[in-house]
Amino acid sequence: MKKNITVTVKNLHVTYKSLKKTSIRASWKQIGHKAELFHALKGVSFEIEEGNILGIIGKNGSGKSTMLRAIAGIFSPDKGTIDLHGNTISLLSIGVGFNKKLTGKENIYLSGMLLGFTEEEIKKKEKEIIAFADIGEFINKPVKTYSSGMYSKLAFAITAILETDIMLIDEVLSVGDVKFKEKSYNKMKELISDEHRTVIIVSHSLGTIRELCNEVLWLNDGKIKQIGPPEEVIPAYEEFMRNN
Amino acid sequence: MKKFINNIIKYYKYAVYSAKAELKSEVADSYLNWLWWIIEPFCFMLIYTFVFGVVFKNNTPYFASFVFIGLTVWDFFNRMLTGSVKLIINNRDLVTKVYVPKYVLLLSKSFTYLFKMGISLLITFALMIFQGVPFTWHILFIIPIFIVLYVISFGIGMILMHFGVTLNDLGNLTNIALRMVFYLSGVFYNINERLSGKLKYILLRANPVAFCMNELRKVMLQGVLPNFAVLGVWLIIGIGLCVLGVHLINSYENSYAKVI
Repeated sequence: MKKNITVTVKNLHVTYKSLKKTSIRASWKQIGHKAELFHALKGVSFEIEEGNILGIIGKNGSGKSTMLRAIAGIFSPDKGTIDLHGNTISLLSIGVGFNKKLTGKENIYLSGMLLGFTEEEIKKKEKEIIAFADIGEFINKPVKTYSSGMYSKLAFAITAILETDIMLIDEVLSVGDVKFKEKSYNKMKELISDEHRTVIIVSHSLGTIRELCNEVLWLNDGKIKQIGPPEEVIPAYEEFMRNN
Repeated sequence: MKKFINNIIKYYKYAVYSAKAELKSEVADSYLNWLWWIIEPFCFMLIYTFVFGVVFKNNTPYFASFVFIGLTVWDFFNRMLTGSVKLIINNRDLVTKVYVPKYVLLLSKSFTYLFKMGISLLITFALMIFQGVPFTWHILFIIPIFIVLYVISFGIGMILMHFGVTLNDLGNLTNIALRMVFYLSGVFYNINERLSGKLKYILLRANPVAFCMNELRKVMLQGVLPNFAVLGVWLIIGIGLCVLGVHLINSYENSYAKVI
């Protein structure tokens, strides 16, 4: 049985340069000079099937987060294409678009609408989000009065309950107290194990990757070093890291 | 351009919601809450009327209303331009974490400024009634004039927003330019009285802020028809600026997240 492909990445190149922070004075001097380029990704191609969980590993600066953000559409590739085949996508990140002076409830809407959900869709899920965040009375208080734990709990609840077809997770979230950590870990497992959902996880924790993923992509200096099942890739990666 | 319109439709609700949220948060902590939106412009009006009606005495009819129309226009234009320069950088958290068409940020911001302008306009009307300004049907022409003002400000705003990402000192430059425009717009003086000949002619046409102010005063205070030809020209220029701004942002917005 052939499964649907949900993400196709072809020959992905991302370079950091084109726009550089500068002052007007300095920009006069730069005319004629060639800007320095930093190639974060140098021609990465892969495909993910529906329901797969892909873990991305690699040392710092190997382009993991860059790739995740390129797939999320935050910035576009300099060369190559990313095709999502019409699926909805979200980068699971903490507290996008929160306004700290407003109440938790209002921020649910603000953040949700930013992620591309309509007001009605959020209204339907509102109760579930509040129940999951489990911060009691504080949901009606301004977010700035929250402890950092409560803040992350609410933020996680929003992104976890408002589901999309493809989820991107940068560094597995460990938020809140022990109880919430367990709950969020289980929730994440539940989200991930939905067989129609495609998930991409970036993490340094090989334990998590081994447990959650069924495919691992190893990035090194902006290129794919190896891609395959975790049993093969992770030992090779560990070996590589020891020798370097 | 088609992408622009689709995105506006898609993100319109977010823009409105986030504008409301921002307005709310501005006054959330203060004791008098939303009353500040009225108290603030009202007090400014008292100050300016005193300073320019008593200290710098002047025989322009309905001078307080005259000044207040000028301020209403100026505040909006000024806020739009200063607000847009640092808009992307101030929204760093958002821009680096989720994709949102960048002009939606400006759109949302502009709603908050429009709201404030609306209040300021209401106070102007109250002032006009208080001063006994005769209302005529010409007042309906404020609608096209405000549309032209909005389109121009939005266009310039988008262009500033784009360059504000990479040029750190653009803010200083805009401040100087805005100060110049401010004094050349006749917020506190009547260009028609103080200047004459070519200078007056050029200033009232080449400076969109002075032009909009003057036309508003014409339709609101004097009951005269606006200059439709120049209004039309500025509308076309404004649309041109918007097209340029949208084009700039469409082609560069994906790089913003890498820079900031």
